[in-house]
Amino acid sequence: MAKVIEGLFYAESHEYVKVEGDFGYVGITDYAQEQLGSVVYVDAPEVDDEVTQGEEFGAVESVKAASDLMSPVSGTVVEVNEELADSPEKINEDAYANWIIKVQLSDKSELDNLMDAAAYTELCGE
Amino acid sequence: MAENKKTCLYDKHVALGAMISPFGGFDMPIQYSNIKDEHLAVRQKVGIFDVSHMGEVEITGPEAEKFVQHIFTNDVAGAEPGKIFYGMMLYPTGGCVDDLLVYCEGDGKFFLVINAANIDKDVAWIEEQAKDFDVKVDHQSDYYGQIAVQGPEAEQKVVDVLGLDVKDLVFYTFKKIDVDGETIIASRTGYTGEDGFEIYGSHKYIQQAWDKLIDTGVTPCGLGCRDTLRFEVGLPLYGDELSADISPIMAGLGMFAKLDKEEFIGKDVLVEQKANGVSKKLVGIALRDDDKAIPRHGYEVVNADDEVIGEVTTGYRTIMTDKSVCFALVDAAYMKLGTELAVRIHRKVHPGTVVKKRFYDKSYKK
Repeated sequence: MAKVIEGLFYAESHEYVKVEGDFGYVGITDYAQEQLGSVVYVDAPEVDDEVTQGEEFGAVESVKAASDLMSPVSGTVVEVNEELADSPEKINEDAYANWIIKVQLSDKSELDNLMDAAAYTELCGE
Repeated sequence: MAENKKTCLYDKHVALGAMISPFGGFDMPIQYSNIKDEHLAVRQKVGIFDVSHMGEVEITGPEAEKFVQHIFTNDVAGAEPGKIFYGMMLYPTGGCVDDLLVYCEGDGKFFLVINAANIDKDVAWIEEQAKDFDVKVDHQSDYYGQIAVQGPEAEQKVVDVLGLDVKDLVFYTFKKIDVDGETIIASRTGYTGEDGFEIYGSHKYIQQAWDKLIDTGVTPCGLGCRDTLRFEVGLPLYGDELSADISPIMAGLGMFAKLDKEEFIGKDVLVEQKANGVSKKLVGIALRDDDKAIPRHGYEVVNADDEVIGEVTTGYRTIMTDKSVCFALVDAAYMKLGTELAVRIHRKVHPGTVVKKRFYDKSYKK
């Protein structure tokens, strides 16, 4: 059973955002990494790139498939997890500890469009 | 949509916990553990694949050889029984109906092995062409199950575990063997670049053979690593590197189309393509050594002016050499080894170089 963490916000496209103040750490969920299998490449945006809720901002790739990343929030990328460039498999080890981008949130009310842990658990169970 | 077909080994894949996906009209195992481990098992030891989805058609009759010569690009004239040929069936346009193996059984009998996704199309094509020949076309896909045992330890397993006397088979030959009241076919062939065998038999035989091999520690391997294995050694997949729009000459497979044969469907076009060149050609492209992005089927290939000059047909981060490489069909002006090109991957352009279409050396038993 895939891990879902309390206190995070979840998108239907299986990304999470962990909010700290005006910033959000965005990654893929444990369920997403399980479905994808061994991650071999993360295509992340660059610092200062703008991301928009519900729009593609990069991709995570397994040997077989590329899976688009959809941003759960809008804002400006202020940091990219550089560790994933050399060790993308860290996402498989712990998807929640290994976020992909840190975003300065432009509109925190957008978080209302996302699911909480209970709703996301239900989605994964279906 | 009609429901996908299942092979005679489907329940065993589910029991082994395989990830199942549709392929060629069948629900097939993509991986059991993960693609990399299965890939390495085949390169280093031995793996077993369910390839029962492949189609089989037997051609018999007084004009069988003449007919096969007519629909097939390779030259089977006077071939010794037990020999196998790889080649294509072409449309009159030179594009491929399919690529296939032809097993020469002797006595005017030929056994054709065709791609799962093309079975209906191929059988209809073969039957249509056969109208003018004194031959019988017998579609046997529903009878045969098929496994591929591949890797350096394949021979030992097939001999010791299945008890099949295959040591004398050399690459691209086969024999029929009587076992348990039926006649099975064992050939030294495969789609991995390793030594190995493909075995065709009744569902019951194939199920028993699968169990025996799994019980002695042979790694079950899915279609995921079948694709990474064939790609790494430069083997084409119909639908990617060959199609109704991609001739064998364009794909760099002209050696399997014998233009000195008297005739075969599509020959005129190939002769013309060979003489005057083709507009598009299949090449290998390697991204820069430190670039881990993965070029994939359908991605655009661009030149220095950012003009689209081709399209990726298959691409991976290779498992044996850890490089980002692909096959791509590009304008012939860009086919020379060393040409600088780039692949558009997601939002960025990733520079690369035209290289040979083989990223890892084959180790066949010739």
